[in-house]
Amino acid sequence: MAEKRKVLIDPIVDNNPITLQVLGICSALAVTTALLPALLMCVALTVVAAMSGAAISSIRHHIPNNIRIIVQMTIIASFVIVVDQALKAYAFETSKQLSVFVGLIITNCIILGRAEAFAMNNGVGMSFLDGLGNGLGYSAVLILVAAMRELFGAGTLLGYPILETVAAGGWYEPNGLMLLPPSAFFIIGLIIWAVRTARPKQVEKPEYQIHEVHRTEVL
Amino acid sequence: MSSSEPTKQRSRDSLGNVIVVALGVSIVCSILVSTAATVLKPRQEANEERFRQTIVLDVANLYEPGADVGSLFEQIETRIVDLETGDYVDMDDPAAFDPVAASRDPAQSIAIPPGEDIAGIKRRSNLAPVYVVRTPTGAVEQVILPVYGKGLWSTLYGFLALEPDGNTVRGLQFYEHAETPGLGDGIDKPAWRAQWPGKQLTDAAGEPRIEVVRGMAAPDSPYQIDGLSGTTLTGRGVMNLVRYWTGAEAFGPYLERIREEAENNG
Repeated sequence: MAEKRKVLIDPIVDNNPITLQVLGICSALAVTTALLPALLMCVALTVVAAMSGAAISSIRHHIPNNIRIIVQMTIIASFVIVVDQALKAYAFETSKQLSVFVGLIITNCIILGRAEAFAMNNGVGMSFLDGLGNGLGYSAVLILVAAMRELFGAGTLLGYPILETVAAGGWYEPNGLMLLPPSAFFIIGLIIWAVRTARPKQVEKPEYQIHEVHRTEVL
Repeated sequence: MSSSEPTKQRSRDSLGNVIVVALGVSIVCSILVSTAATVLKPRQEANEERFRQTIVLDVANLYEPGADVGSLFEQIETRIVDLETGDYVDMDDPAAFDPVAASRDPAQSIAIPPGEDIAGIKRRSNLAPVYVVRTPTGAVEQVILPVYGKGLWSTLYGFLALEPDGNTVRGLQFYEHAETPGLGDGIDKPAWRAQWPGKQLTDAAGEPRIEVVRGMAAPDSPYQIDGLSGTTLTGRGVMNLVRYWTGAEAFGPYLERIREEAENNG
Protein backbone atom coordinates (compact mmCIF):
# COMPACT_ATOMS: atom_id res chain seq x y z
CA MET A 1 0.00 0.00 0.00
CA ALA A 2 2.78 2.36 1.01
CA GLU A 3 4.54 1.53 -2.23
CA LYS A 4 1.44 2.30 -4.29
CA ARG A 5 1.10 5.60 -2.51
CA LYS A 6 4.72 6.42 -3.19
CA VAL A 7 4.37 5.62 -6.91
CA LEU A 8 1.34 7.87 -7.16
CA ILE A 9 2.44 10.78 -4.95
CA ASP A 10 6.19 10.91 -5.56
CA PRO A 11 6.06 12.38 -9.08
CA ILE A 12 4.06 15.36 -7.87
CA VAL A 13 6.92 17.07 -6.03
CA ASP A 14 9.75 14.71 -5.14
CA ASN A 15 10.20 13.20 -8.57
CA ASN A 16 8.33 15.66 -10.75
CA PRO A 17 8.68 14.92 -14.48
CA ILE A 18 9.11 18.60 -15.33
CA THR A 19 11.06 20.07 -12.43
CA LEU A 20 13.33 17.11 -11.63
CA GLN A 21 13.43 15.02 -14.78
CA VAL A 22 13.08 18.17 -16.97
CA LEU A 23 10.87 16.36 -19.52
CA GLY A 24 7.84 17.60 -21.44
CA ILE A 25 8.97 21.24 -21.48
CA CYS A 26 7.86 21.93 -25.05
CA SER A 27 4.15 21.51 -24.42
CA ALA A 28 4.50 23.21 -21.04
CA LEU A 29 5.58 26.34 -22.92
CA ALA A 30 2.97 26.08 -25.62
CA VAL A 31 -0.32 25.39 -23.90
CA THR A 32 0.01 27.50 -20.76
CA THR A 33 -1.11 30.91 -22.03
CA ALA A 34 -4.51 30.32 -20.45
CA LEU A 35 -5.75 28.02 -17.72
CA LEU A 36 -8.57 26.24 -19.55
CA PRO A 37 -6.52 24.74 -22.41
CA ALA A 38 -3.81 23.85 -19.90
CA LEU A 39 -6.34 21.93 -17.77
CA LEU A 40 -7.57 20.05 -20.83
CA MET A 41 -4.00 19.26 -21.83
CA CYS A 42 -3.34 17.93 -18.30
CA VAL A 43 -6.33 15.62 -18.49
CA ALA A 44 -5.31 14.40 -21.94
CA LEU A 45 -1.72 13.72 -20.92
CA THR A 46 -2.67 12.06 -17.63
CA VAL A 47 -5.15 9.75 -19.35
CA VAL A 48 -2.61 8.80 -22.00
CA ALA A 49 0.15 8.25 -19.44
CA ALA A 50 -2.00 6.03 -17.22
CA MET A 51 -3.64 4.04 -20.02
CA SER A 52 -0.48 3.46 -22.04
CA GLY A 53 1.44 2.52 -18.87
CA ALA A 54 -1.17 -0.11 -18.04
CA ALA A 55 -1.40 -1.39 -21.63
CA ILE A 56 2.35 -1.67 -22.12
CA SER A 57 2.78 -3.29 -18.73
CA SER A 58 0.11 -5.89 -19.51
CA ILE A 59 2.07 -7.23 -22.50
CA ARG A 60 5.57 -6.51 -21.16
CA HIS A 61 6.46 -10.23 -20.98
CA HIS A 62 5.69 -10.68 -24.67
CA ILE A 63 7.26 -7.56 -26.17
CA PRO A 64 10.46 -8.57 -28.01
CA ASN A 65 13.38 -6.49 -26.81
CA ASN A 66 14.48 -5.36 -30.26
CA ILE A 67 11.14 -3.82 -31.23
CA ARG A 68 10.04 -2.63 -27.79
CA ILE A 69 10.27 1.10 -28.51
CA ILE A 70 8.19 0.89 -31.66
CA VAL A 71 5.61 -1.24 -29.85
CA GLN A 72 5.44 1.33 -27.04
CA MET A 73 5.12 4.17 -29.56
CA THR A 74 2.30 2.38 -31.39
CA ILE A 75 0.34 1.91 -28.20
CA ILE A 76 0.98 5.49 -27.03
CA ALA A 77 0.11 6.95 -30.44
CA SER A 78 -3.17 5.01 -30.50
CA PHE A 79 -4.23 6.34 -27.12
CA VAL A 80 -3.27 9.87 -28.12
CA ILE A 81 -5.40 9.67 -31.26
CA VAL A 82 -8.34 8.33 -29.27
CA VAL A 83 -8.01 11.15 -26.74
CA ASP A 84 -7.61 13.72 -29.51
CA GLN A 85 -10.74 12.46 -31.27
CA ALA A 86 -12.68 12.52 -28.01
CA LEU A 87 -11.63 16.11 -27.31
CA LYS A 88 -12.68 17.16 -30.81
CA ALA A 89 -16.08 15.60 -30.15
CA TYR A 90 -16.69 16.78 -26.57
CA ALA A 91 -14.50 19.84 -25.95
CA PHE A 92 -14.38 21.32 -29.44
CA GLU A 93 -13.62 24.98 -28.69
CA THR A 94 -10.77 24.29 -26.30
CA SER A 95 -9.32 21.53 -28.45
CA LYS A 96 -9.09 24.08 -31.27
CA GLN A 97 -6.90 26.22 -29.02
CA LEU A 98 -4.69 23.23 -28.22
CA SER A 99 -4.32 22.58 -31.98
CA VAL A 100 -1.41 20.24 -32.60
CA PHE A 101 -0.30 19.90 -29.01
CA VAL A 102 -2.64 17.06 -28.14
CA GLY A 103 -1.24 15.12 -31.10
CA LEU A 104 2.25 15.97 -29.93
CA ILE A 105 1.64 14.11 -26.65
CA ILE A 106 2.93 11.15 -28.71
CA THR A 107 6.37 12.68 -28.65
CA ASN A 108 6.13 13.87 -25.07
CA CYS A 109 9.18 12.46 -23.31
CA ILE A 110 7.26 11.88 -20.09
CA ILE A 111 5.06 9.20 -21.64
CA LEU A 112 7.76 7.24 -23.43
CA GLY A 113 10.15 7.75 -20.51
CA ARG A 114 7.70 6.21 -18.03
CA ALA A 115 6.79 3.40 -20.43
CA GLU A 116 10.42 2.45 -20.91
CA ALA A 117 11.61 3.01 -17.35
CA PHE A 118 8.61 1.83 -15.37
CA ALA A 119 5.86 0.03 -17.28
CA MET A 120 8.29 -2.44 -18.90
CA ASN A 121 9.36 -3.66 -15.45
CA ASN A 122 6.30 -3.37 -13.23
CA GLY A 123 2.79 -4.75 -12.91
CA VAL A 124 -0.30 -3.37 -14.59
CA GLY A 125 -1.77 -1.70 -11.50
CA MET A 126 1.51 -0.09 -10.48
CA SER A 127 2.20 1.13 -14.03
CA PHE A 128 -1.27 2.65 -14.18
CA LEU A 129 -0.60 4.50 -10.90
CA ASP A 130 2.83 5.57 -12.09
CA GLY A 131 1.35 7.03 -15.27
CA LEU A 132 -1.37 8.71 -13.25
CA GLY A 133 1.17 10.12 -10.78
CA ASN A 134 3.45 11.47 -13.50
CA GLY A 135 0.47 12.93 -15.30
CA LEU A 136 -0.53 14.67 -12.06
CA GLY A 137 3.04 15.92 -11.55
CA TYR A 138 3.01 17.40 -15.06
CA SER A 139 -0.44 18.82 -14.38
CA ALA A 140 0.66 20.47 -11.13
CA VAL A 141 3.39 22.42 -12.92
CA LEU A 142 1.23 23.21 -15.95
CA ILE A 143 -1.64 24.52 -13.84
CA LEU A 144 0.70 26.69 -11.77
CA VAL A 145 2.39 28.13 -14.87
CA ALA A 146 -0.88 28.64 -16.74
CA ALA A 147 -2.56 30.31 -13.76
CA MET A 148 0.33 32.77 -13.42
CA ARG A 149 0.47 33.48 -17.15
CA GLU A 150 -3.25 34.01 -17.55
CA LEU A 151 -3.55 36.07 -14.36
CA PHE A 152 -0.67 38.42 -15.12
CA GLY A 153 -0.90 38.29 -18.91
CA ALA A 154 -4.63 38.84 -19.29
CA GLY A 155 -5.87 39.64 -15.77
CA THR A 156 -8.27 36.69 -15.84
CA LEU A 157 -8.51 33.12 -14.57
CA LEU A 158 -10.48 30.62 -16.68
CA GLY A 159 -11.75 33.68 -18.53
CA TYR A 160 -13.21 35.38 -15.43
CA PRO A 161 -11.70 38.80 -14.73
CA ILE A 162 -9.66 38.86 -11.51
CA LEU A 163 -7.45 41.89 -12.05
CA GLU A 164 -9.47 44.61 -13.81
CA THR A 165 -7.43 45.51 -16.89
CA VAL A 166 -6.97 49.07 -18.09
CA ALA A 167 -8.71 48.15 -21.35
CA ALA A 168 -11.78 47.11 -19.34
CA GLY A 169 -11.70 50.29 -17.26
CA GLY A 170 -9.70 48.93 -14.33
CA TRP A 171 -6.19 49.55 -13.03
CA TYR A 172 -4.17 46.56 -14.19
CA GLU A 173 -1.87 46.92 -17.19
CA PRO A 174 -1.49 43.35 -18.52
CA ASN A 175 2.03 42.09 -18.99
CA GLY A 176 2.17 41.03 -22.65
CA LEU A 177 5.37 39.06 -22.13
CA MET A 178 3.39 36.59 -20.02
CA LEU A 179 1.47 35.53 -23.12
CA LEU A 180 4.64 34.74 -25.06
CA PRO A 181 6.48 31.41 -24.69
CA PRO A 182 9.64 32.80 -23.01
CA SER A 183 7.66 33.72 -19.90
CA ALA A 184 6.85 30.04 -19.37
CA PHE A 185 10.59 29.36 -19.42
CA PHE A 186 11.13 31.95 -16.70
CA ILE A 187 8.27 30.65 -14.57
CA ILE A 188 9.33 27.00 -14.89
CA GLY A 189 12.88 28.05 -14.07
CA LEU A 190 11.67 29.83 -10.94
CA ILE A 191 9.57 26.80 -9.95
CA ILE A 192 12.57 24.49 -10.36
CA TRP A 193 14.62 26.89 -8.25
CA ALA A 194 11.95 26.98 -5.54
CA VAL A 195 11.53 23.19 -5.48
CA ARG A 196 15.27 22.57 -5.33
CA THR A 197 15.72 25.11 -2.58
CA ALA A 198 13.04 23.36 -0.55
CA ARG A 199 14.39 19.88 -1.44
CA PRO A 200 18.19 20.28 -1.68
CA LYS A 201 18.48 16.56 -2.52
CA GLN A 202 17.23 17.36 -6.03
CA VAL A 203 20.18 19.62 -6.78
CA GLU A 204 22.41 17.88 -9.29
CA LYS A 205 26.10 17.45 -8.59
CA PRO A 206 28.24 19.56 -10.92
CA GLU A 207 29.53 17.40 -13.77
CA TYR A 208 33.06 18.75 -13.44
CA GLN A 209 34.91 21.32 -11.45
CA ILE A 210 37.44 23.74 -12.78
CA HIS A 211 40.81 22.57 -11.55
CA GLU A 212 42.76 25.24 -9.77
CA VAL A 213 46.27 25.35 -11.15
CA HIS A 214 49.11 25.87 -8.75
CA ARG A 215 52.27 27.58 -9.80
CA THR A 216 54.28 24.49 -9.09
CA GLU A 217 52.27 22.51 -11.66
CA VAL A 218 52.82 25.06 -14.40
CA LEU A 219 56.52 25.10 -13.95
CA MET B 1 17.06 -16.17 -11.25
CA SER B 2 15.53 -19.42 -12.56
CA SER B 3 17.21 -21.41 -15.28
CA SER B 4 14.30 -20.93 -17.67
CA GLU B 5 14.85 -17.16 -17.91
CA PRO B 6 17.43 -17.13 -20.75
CA THR B 7 15.27 -19.54 -22.81
CA LYS B 8 12.24 -17.39 -22.25
CA GLN B 9 14.18 -14.31 -23.29
CA ARG B 10 15.38 -16.06 -26.45
CA SER B 11 11.91 -17.22 -27.47
CA ARG B 12 10.59 -13.73 -26.80
CA ASP B 13 13.15 -12.28 -29.22
CA SER B 14 12.58 -14.95 -31.86
CA LEU B 15 11.53 -13.84 -35.33
CA GLY B 16 8.17 -15.58 -34.94
CA ASN B 17 7.36 -13.72 -31.74
CA VAL B 18 8.50 -10.38 -33.20
CA ILE B 19 6.04 -10.81 -36.07
CA VAL B 20 3.23 -12.04 -33.82
CA VAL B 21 3.61 -9.15 -31.36
CA ALA B 22 4.03 -6.54 -34.08
CA LEU B 23 0.96 -7.76 -35.94
CA GLY B 24 -1.09 -8.20 -32.79
CA VAL B 25 -0.30 -4.73 -31.45
CA SER B 26 -0.96 -3.15 -34.85
CA ILE B 27 -4.32 -4.87 -35.25
CA VAL B 28 -5.55 -4.09 -31.73
CA CYS B 29 -4.39 -0.47 -31.98
CA SER B 30 -5.88 0.09 -35.42
CA ILE B 31 -9.22 -1.31 -34.28
CA LEU B 32 -9.11 1.00 -31.26
CA VAL B 33 -8.27 4.07 -33.35
CA SER B 34 -10.73 3.40 -36.15
CA THR B 35 -13.55 2.63 -33.70
CA ALA B 36 -12.95 5.91 -31.89
CA ALA B 37 -12.77 7.86 -35.14
CA THR B 38 -15.94 6.30 -36.55
CA VAL B 39 -18.00 6.54 -33.40
CA LEU B 40 -17.06 10.17 -32.74
CA LYS B 41 -17.18 11.42 -36.33
CA PRO B 42 -20.83 12.58 -36.43
CA ARG B 43 -20.31 14.61 -33.28
CA GLN B 44 -17.11 16.18 -34.60
CA GLU B 45 -18.70 17.11 -37.90
CA ALA B 46 -21.63 18.66 -36.08
CA ASN B 47 -19.12 20.66 -34.02
CA GLU B 48 -17.24 21.85 -37.12
CA GLU B 49 -20.48 22.83 -38.80
CA ARG B 50 -21.74 24.70 -35.76
CA PHE B 51 -18.40 26.46 -35.45
CA ARG B 52 -18.53 27.64 -39.07
CA GLN B 53 -22.12 28.78 -38.55
CA THR B 54 -21.03 30.70 -35.46
CA ILE B 55 -18.40 32.53 -37.50
CA VAL B 56 -20.90 33.32 -40.28
CA LEU B 57 -23.32 34.69 -37.69
CA ASP B 58 -20.55 36.60 -35.98
CA VAL B 59 -19.29 38.23 -39.16
CA ALA B 60 -22.89 39.11 -40.09
CA ASN B 61 -23.26 40.68 -36.65
CA LEU B 62 -26.19 38.40 -35.88
CA TYR B 63 -24.51 36.32 -33.20
CA GLU B 64 -25.95 36.38 -29.71
CA PRO B 65 -23.82 34.70 -27.05
CA GLY B 66 -25.69 31.89 -25.38
CA ALA B 67 -28.38 31.63 -28.06
CA ASP B 68 -28.77 28.43 -30.05
CA VAL B 69 -26.57 28.68 -33.13
CA GLY B 70 -28.73 26.34 -35.20
CA SER B 71 -31.89 28.40 -34.81
CA LEU B 72 -30.06 31.71 -35.28
CA PHE B 73 -28.66 30.32 -38.49
CA GLU B 74 -32.14 29.70 -39.86
CA GLN B 75 -32.46 33.39 -40.75
CA ILE B 76 -29.52 32.98 -43.15
CA GLU B 77 -30.10 31.59 -46.62
CA THR B 78 -27.39 29.25 -47.92
CA ARG B 79 -27.13 29.30 -51.72
CA ILE B 80 -24.68 27.91 -54.25
CA VAL B 81 -23.32 30.27 -56.90
CA ASP B 82 -21.70 29.50 -60.25
CA LEU B 83 -18.70 31.84 -60.06
CA GLU B 84 -18.35 32.08 -63.84
CA THR B 85 -21.82 33.54 -64.41
CA GLY B 86 -22.74 34.76 -60.94
CA ASP B 87 -26.02 32.83 -61.08
CA TYR B 88 -27.52 30.73 -58.32
CA VAL B 89 -27.37 26.97 -58.87
CA ASP B 90 -29.91 24.66 -57.30
CA MET B 91 -28.50 21.96 -55.09
CA ASP B 92 -30.29 19.52 -52.81
CA ASP B 93 -28.18 20.20 -49.74
CA PRO B 94 -26.24 23.43 -50.21
CA ALA B 95 -24.94 23.32 -46.64
CA ALA B 96 -23.03 20.12 -47.42
CA PHE B 97 -21.10 21.59 -50.36
CA ASP B 98 -17.41 21.99 -49.60
CA PRO B 99 -15.69 24.40 -52.05
CA VAL B 100 -12.22 23.55 -50.76
CA ALA B 101 -12.74 19.83 -51.42
CA ALA B 102 -14.29 20.63 -54.81
CA SER B 103 -11.25 22.74 -55.75
CA ARG B 104 -9.14 19.57 -55.61
CA ASP B 105 -11.36 17.78 -58.13
CA PRO B 106 -10.38 18.73 -61.70
CA ALA B 107 -13.97 18.11 -62.88
CA GLN B 108 -15.37 20.68 -60.47
CA SER B 109 -12.64 23.30 -60.51
CA ILE B 110 -10.33 25.37 -62.67
CA ALA B 111 -6.63 26.08 -62.38
CA ILE B 112 -5.91 29.72 -61.66
CA PRO B 113 -3.26 31.18 -64.00
CA PRO B 114 -0.16 31.96 -61.89
CA GLY B 115 -0.32 35.69 -62.65
CA GLU B 116 -3.87 35.94 -61.30
CA ASP B 117 -3.35 33.69 -58.32
CA ILE B 118 -2.76 36.46 -55.81
CA ALA B 119 -4.43 34.42 -53.05
CA GLY B 120 -1.95 31.57 -53.62
CA ILE B 121 -4.56 28.82 -53.86
CA LYS B 122 -3.67 27.35 -57.30
CA ARG B 123 -7.18 26.02 -58.06
CA ARG B 124 -10.66 27.19 -57.29
CA SER B 125 -13.99 25.42 -57.34
CA ASN B 126 -16.46 26.33 -60.11
CA LEU B 127 -19.22 26.63 -57.54
CA ALA B 128 -19.13 28.37 -54.19
CA PRO B 129 -21.60 28.76 -51.33
CA VAL B 130 -22.83 32.20 -50.30
CA TYR B 131 -24.87 33.13 -47.27
CA VAL B 132 -27.58 35.69 -47.85
CA VAL B 133 -29.30 37.69 -45.13
CA ARG B 134 -32.58 39.28 -46.26
CA THR B 135 -34.69 42.03 -44.79
CA PRO B 136 -38.29 41.11 -43.85
CA THR B 137 -39.41 42.42 -47.28
CA GLY B 138 -37.08 39.99 -49.03
CA ALA B 139 -34.45 42.45 -50.21
CA VAL B 140 -30.83 41.46 -49.71
CA GLU B 141 -29.51 42.97 -46.51
CA GLN B 142 -26.01 41.53 -46.70
CA VAL B 143 -24.13 38.67 -48.31
CA ILE B 144 -21.43 36.57 -46.69
CA LEU B 145 -18.76 35.01 -48.89
CA PRO B 146 -16.35 32.25 -47.91
CA VAL B 147 -12.79 33.40 -48.62
CA TYR B 148 -9.43 31.73 -48.25
CA GLY B 149 -5.83 32.20 -49.26
CA LYS B 150 -2.23 31.97 -48.19
CA GLY B 151 -0.89 34.06 -45.34
CA LEU B 152 2.66 33.74 -44.08
CA TRP B 153 2.69 30.11 -42.91
CA SER B 154 -0.74 28.77 -43.59
CA THR B 155 -3.90 29.00 -45.59
CA LEU B 156 -6.39 31.31 -43.91
CA TYR B 157 -10.07 30.39 -44.11
CA GLY B 158 -12.71 32.94 -43.28
CA PHE B 159 -15.88 34.76 -44.17
CA LEU B 160 -16.33 38.24 -45.61
CA ALA B 161 -19.66 40.02 -45.11
CA LEU B 162 -20.61 42.70 -47.65
CA GLU B 163 -23.39 45.24 -48.00
CA PRO B 164 -25.82 44.72 -50.91
CA ASP B 165 -23.74 47.20 -52.93
CA GLY B 166 -21.18 44.39 -53.15
CA ASN B 167 -18.45 46.83 -52.24
CA THR B 168 -18.80 47.93 -48.62
CA VAL B 169 -17.38 45.57 -46.04
CA ARG B 170 -19.53 44.55 -43.10
CA GLY B 171 -16.91 42.34 -41.50
CA LEU B 172 -14.15 39.84 -42.02
CA GLN B 173 -13.39 36.93 -39.77
CA PHE B 174 -11.21 33.86 -40.07
CA TYR B 175 -12.04 30.50 -38.59
CA GLU B 176 -8.92 28.56 -39.41
CA HIS B 177 -5.29 29.52 -39.88
CA ALA B 178 -1.89 28.83 -38.38
CA GLU B 179 -0.26 32.26 -38.44
CA THR B 180 2.39 33.16 -35.88
CA PRO B 181 0.93 33.01 -32.36
CA GLY B 182 1.18 36.41 -30.72
CA LEU B 183 1.80 38.24 -34.02
CA GLY B 184 -0.06 37.05 -37.14
CA ASP B 185 -2.91 35.63 -35.11
CA GLY B 186 -3.73 39.23 -34.21
CA ILE B 187 -6.05 39.09 -37.24
CA ASP B 188 -8.48 37.27 -34.92
CA LYS B 189 -8.49 40.12 -32.40
CA PRO B 190 -11.70 42.13 -32.14
CA ALA B 191 -9.76 45.42 -32.23
CA TRP B 192 -8.24 44.59 -35.60
CA ARG B 193 -11.44 43.17 -37.06
CA ALA B 194 -13.28 46.32 -36.01
CA GLN B 195 -11.39 48.27 -38.68
CA TRP B 196 -13.03 46.41 -41.54
CA PRO B 197 -16.70 47.42 -41.34
CA GLY B 198 -17.39 50.37 -43.65
CA LYS B 199 -14.30 49.97 -45.78
CA GLN B 200 -14.66 49.99 -49.58
CA LEU B 201 -13.21 47.20 -51.70
CA THR B 202 -12.91 49.18 -54.95
CA ASP B 203 -13.02 52.81 -56.00
CA ALA B 204 -15.66 54.32 -58.31
CA ALA B 205 -13.76 53.05 -61.37
CA GLY B 206 -13.90 49.49 -60.04
CA GLU B 207 -10.18 49.26 -59.29
CA PRO B 208 -9.42 47.13 -56.23
CA ARG B 209 -8.23 49.54 -53.54
CA ILE B 210 -8.68 47.72 -50.25
CA GLU B 211 -5.26 47.58 -48.63
CA VAL B 212 -3.63 46.36 -45.44
CA VAL B 213 -0.84 48.88 -44.96
CA ARG B 214 2.35 48.73 -42.95
CA GLY B 215 2.19 51.15 -40.08
CA MET B 216 -0.69 53.54 -39.69
CA ALA B 217 -3.56 53.67 -42.14
CA ALA B 218 -4.51 57.16 -43.31
CA PRO B 219 -7.18 58.18 -40.78
CA ASP B 220 -9.98 58.95 -43.21
CA SER B 221 -9.08 56.47 -45.91
CA PRO B 222 -12.04 54.34 -46.95
CA TYR B 223 -9.66 51.68 -48.26
CA GLN B 224 -6.81 51.28 -45.78
CA ILE B 225 -6.50 48.92 -42.82
CA ASP B 226 -3.72 49.20 -40.22
CA GLY B 227 -1.32 46.31 -40.54
CA LEU B 228 -0.35 44.96 -37.14
CA SER B 229 3.35 45.28 -36.47
CA GLY B 230 5.19 42.05 -37.10
CA THR B 231 2.49 40.79 -39.43
CA THR B 232 3.41 42.35 -42.77
CA LEU B 233 3.13 39.08 -44.69
CA THR B 234 -0.01 37.87 -42.93
CA GLY B 235 -1.60 41.27 -43.63
CA ARG B 236 -0.58 41.12 -47.27
CA GLY B 237 -2.09 37.62 -47.49
CA VAL B 238 -5.37 38.88 -46.04
CA MET B 239 -5.44 41.80 -48.48
CA ASN B 240 -4.70 39.55 -51.46
CA LEU B 241 -7.27 36.93 -50.60
CA VAL B 242 -9.97 39.58 -50.11
CA ARG B 243 -9.03 41.15 -53.44
CA TYR B 244 -8.98 37.79 -55.20
CA TRP B 245 -12.33 36.51 -53.95
CA THR B 246 -14.15 39.80 -54.56
CA GLY B 247 -12.45 40.25 -57.95
CA ALA B 248 -13.69 39.40 -61.43
CA GLU B 249 -12.06 35.95 -61.32
CA ALA B 250 -14.11 34.82 -58.34
CA PHE B 251 -17.24 36.40 -56.82
CA GLY B 252 -17.11 39.49 -59.09
CA PRO B 253 -19.97 38.42 -61.40
CA TYR B 254 -22.12 37.43 -58.43
CA LEU B 255 -21.47 40.71 -56.63
CA GLU B 256 -22.40 42.55 -59.82
CA ARG B 257 -25.69 40.69 -59.83
CA ILE B 258 -26.37 41.53 -56.17
CA ARG B 259 -25.62 45.19 -56.89
CA GLU B 260 -28.07 45.30 -59.78
CA GLU B 261 -30.71 43.57 -57.69
CA ALA B 262 -30.25 46.13 -54.93
CA GLU B 263 -30.46 49.06 -57.39
CA ASN B 264 -33.62 47.70 -58.99
CA ASN B 265 -35.24 47.25 -55.60
CA GLY B 266 -34.07 50.61 -54.37
